[in-house]
Amino acid sequence: MERQIRYQREADLEWARQFTKHPGSERLLSCIQCGTCSGTCPLSIYMDLTPRQVIALVREGFREDALRSKTIWLCASCYSCSVECPQKIGITDIMYRLKREAIRSNLYPKRFPIPVLAREFCEMVRRHGRNSEFWVVFRMALRSNPFALFSMARTGWHLWRTGRLSLRKERIRRINELQVIPTVSKEVD
Amino acid sequence: MQPSAKYLYYPGCSLKGTGIAYEESLLTTLRLLEVAVTELPDWNCCGATSYMSVSETSAALLATRNLALAQQAGMKDVLAPCNACYLTLRKSQELVAHYPEMAQEVERFLEQAGLPQLDSVRVRHPLEMLYTDIGVQRLRELTVRRLQGVRMASYYGCQAVRPYSEVDDPHEPTRMDEILRAVGVEPIDYTLKTKCCGGSLTGTIHEVGVRLNYILLKEALRKGAQAIVTICPLCQFNLDAYQAEIRKQTGEPIDMPVLYLTQVVGWALGGGFRELGLHRAISGKKLIEQWFTVKKEAETYV
Ligand code: SF4
Ligand code: SF4
Repeated sequence: MERQIRYQREADLEWARQFTKHPGSERLLSCIQCGTCSGTCPLSIYMDLTPRQVIALVREGFREDALRSKTIWLCASCYSCSVECPQKIGITDIMYRLKREAIRSNLYPKRFPIPVLAREFCEMVRRHGRNSEFWVVFRMALRSNPFALFSMARTGWHLWRTGRLSLRKERIRRINELQVIPTVSKEVD
Repeated sequence: MQPSAKYLYYPGCSLKGTGIAYEESLLTTLRLLEVAVTELPDWNCCGATSYMSVSETSAALLATRNLALAQQAGMKDVLAPCNACYLTLRKSQELVAHYPEMAQEVERFLEQAGLPQLDSVRVRHPLEMLYTDIGVQRLRELTVRRLQGVRMASYYGCQAVRPYSEVDDPHEPTRMDEILRAVGVEPIDYTLKTKCCGGSLTGTIHEVGVRLNYILLKEALRKGAQAIVTICPLCQFNLDAYQAEIRKQTGEPIDMPVLYLTQVVGWALGGGFRELGLHRAISGKKLIEQWFTVKKEAETYV
């Protein structure tokens, strides 16, 4: 059953306060709930929570509600909300931060294709240094919804015919330079 | 590497794949403008929007390596034609500039990877480069043929003008229209020019992505455009590849060319059909052939 009431005791205001320490999220607590972000967001009508609601939940410390929302994954990072927000809140960066935390805390919707794509993409880039469009999409479909491959076949055919589909696996020569990243980066991937 | 090259070209993954016509038309246009350019050697993926969703530091370091490679090559200007690449590279610079902790991590990474520290590498977008380095006036002078009477909607997509605004104004961008006018195309008043196409959503939540693209196409049609002009490979792909599906879903006869700005400019400067990648379009093929392969005697040279 869908949840109707959020109890204050479940809120974690300390988490919200910590959240604002991170790049791009500094002004989070100054949100005036004007709804400009939701109004300007091209995806908001497809989201389970509007961007304004996500900001409200984060600000009040309702961590899980925010992290489990599909909204953060539907965010296409178009930055409309960020440039329109009268309080200059980096909403896009907040969405990114929530995506990362959702993945790390294992709270993302499991077979939902968007986080699957993000992970497949990173995996490929980590290993080869480049992304091969075809293979990333193929692997994502396999892991989320194999049936989607049928409907993708037509697009694939158009691309193939016009010479825009490459099956080659791209890679860089000095991959060792990228392998340094995990040792330098404090953030766990 | 040519020592005389002025720009380092950073293709990113899509200009080697689905966006290959962008690469072809960009390089052709630069050649016609006599601008020397070389490809950034051993460049890696910028991380697009996906990497930032998994790890911020790694995403910034990934983007940074490309800038360091440019530094290594001794060049200042990195030309990033894909909106997502442009933004990701710019964003890594901003993170370093504003967050000392990130700056330290970048420094450590470059040291350990044996790459030079960043000095003054600039990230440039072809639109901005055409507008500020070449100039509208010069493009007008160099134009040898015009698409007289063809009306086009200039479409920026999102990440070229947001959140940074060096490429054009994020609210009222006009440079693309000015360039189109200079090469003889009539831009229409397209209010959705910076509305998002959904990016990778057409590949993930397909119905939603396609719907966003339908709205963009429909509005261009309604305003009387005969084609859409883009500056991003993902925008071009999204708007171009699903028109047959949209026709089937909505019953509306949409079959509109979705061109790269560099294809339109390159043609005006005298570029050829194939070297501008015009044969790679999926939608609006008839119009493209009609406009860009005019018979010799009918060709409107100016
Ligand atoms: S636009 Fe900014 S201030 Fe307004 S609701 Fe959204 S985040 Fe809050
Ligand atoms: S960045 Fe995300 S939340 Fe903001 S307007 Fe764009 S899609 Fe909506």
